[in-house]
Amino acid sequence: MNIPEDLKYTKDHEWVRIDSDGVAEIGITEYAQGELGDIIYVGIEYSIDGDVAKGEEIGTIEAVKTVAQIYSPVTGKIQDINIDVNDSPNDINTDPYGKGWLVKITPTKPEDLNELMDANAYKALIGS
Amino acid sequence: MKKTAFNNIHKSLGGKMVDFAGFEMPVQYEGIIAEHKAVRNSVGVFDVSHMGEVEIHGNDAFDYVQKLTTNDVSKLQLGKVQYSSMCYTDGGVVDDLLVYNCGKYFLLVINAANIEKDIEWMNQNKFGDVEIKNVSDNISLLAVQGPNSLNTLQKLTKFDLSVMEYYSFTFCNLAGQEVLLSRTGYTGEKICFEIYSSSDVKKSEELWNAIFDAGSEYGIKPAGLGSRDTLRLEYAYRLYGNDMNEKINILEAGLGWITKLEKGIFNGSDALKKAKAEGLKRKVVGFSTDEKLIARQGAEVYSGDNKIGTVTSGNISPMLNKNIGMALIDEGYNKTGTEIQIDIRGKKVNAKVVKTPFLN
Repeated sequence: MNIPEDLKYTKDHEWVRIDSDGVAEIGITEYAQGELGDIIYVGIEYSIDGDVAKGEEIGTIEAVKTVAQIYSPVTGKIQDINIDVNDSPNDINTDPYGKGWLVKITPTKPEDLNELMDANAYKALIGS
Repeated sequence: MKKTAFNNIHKSLGGKMVDFAGFEMPVQYEGIIAEHKAVRNSVGVFDVSHMGEVEIHGNDAFDYVQKLTTNDVSKLQLGKVQYSSMCYTDGGVVDDLLVYNCGKYFLLVINAANIEKDIEWMNQNKFGDVEIKNVSDNISLLAVQGPNSLNTLQKLTKFDLSVMEYYSFTFCNLAGQEVLLSRTGYTGEKICFEIYSSSDVKKSEELWNAIFDAGSEYGIKPAGLGSRDTLRLEYAYRLYGNDMNEKINILEAGLGWITKLEKGIFNGSDALKKAKAEGLKRKVVGFSTDEKLIARQGAEVYSGDNKIGTVTSGNISPMLNKNIGMALIDEGYNKTGTEIQIDIRGKKVNAKVVKTPFLN
């Protein structure tokens, strides 16, 4: 299972990539996409510049089998939303750490980032 | 958890195993949509060995099955299969089932989740010279479905499969084994087979491998319970526990066509006749929506602010690329074309009552 070392993770099976400007890019892990199966729709309930709190539900991922909630791993402001996955939600299945990213959030409480798991802790969580 | 004879094969193929009715079963291998399309476009194979099989023997077997089930067994000729149901005295559904006329006995095929309950019900209703044999554990059941299912299986038997009618069956030799081969299925495919064979693990694995060798030129794929559900939904086939149950009677489920009220007295006939005479208060009908959210089982259905029903089954139709489903909707709101709203996790989305099957 691909669990990149340079990313941070949450217990809700999301990954977080912090870029050089401190913006957090967020998606779901390979494990999560595998559990969900074919993803057919992604709905982010916020627009760009919206304020979100850590742990808040910001959207849903609809798979054939089930539906899953997307939770914000940090408190901050929505910077960008991946609209391309609306047309090709399957990108989340095939490229969860790349084309399948979901949102970018500028954290306003950088200490939130310290509470995220590293790759090893996440591997332990999923028993990989 | 119980395992079918194909358990090792499922795991070796990367099947995602789940607990279904007490059996460890594959919900998918490659993916639900790919498996769905393999069945529609070519051929797919489902392990449905978890289903229950019950033989009814004895001199009074006909009278017994006629009283136990809602369809008319007097119309069921030797070698033919009938879709039917068992009802409680109030018309609520015990289970839906297939009835096979095997000449010396009847074979009833029931849902895995209901085996214990059904056997108990059958025993409670037993009369005369009747023997009820639960042979579920002795039988492996594979559903080979889709346009190339006939070409695939024809390579494995001398019996001419092209002469088999829909809902008929034969005992024949397939891949060196004596099987009951049935032209039936739960996918909506008209070219479709179900194979009842020995549950011996070695024999079952040999049969599976022979089928996959024969089907390799057609791109045959294993298919899991996930696509079994999306395939049946496109044809609005009812699922016990969703679209009918002990509280949704067989007429409300839209299964009046397997309920022959004029055939004489059977379990539930009085209550069902009365319900029909008074007019049904609600009915399971199909709906579709252009919304991207899936209205799943349990979602409430509204007309404006009035709650008028509940979704019983819902998912994407991979062939129509549209969200579809069935809902139990009150009289007055369940006619084709009626605009309805469905509450999906607090968001009301527009939908419309439509004719079924969704695919034709």
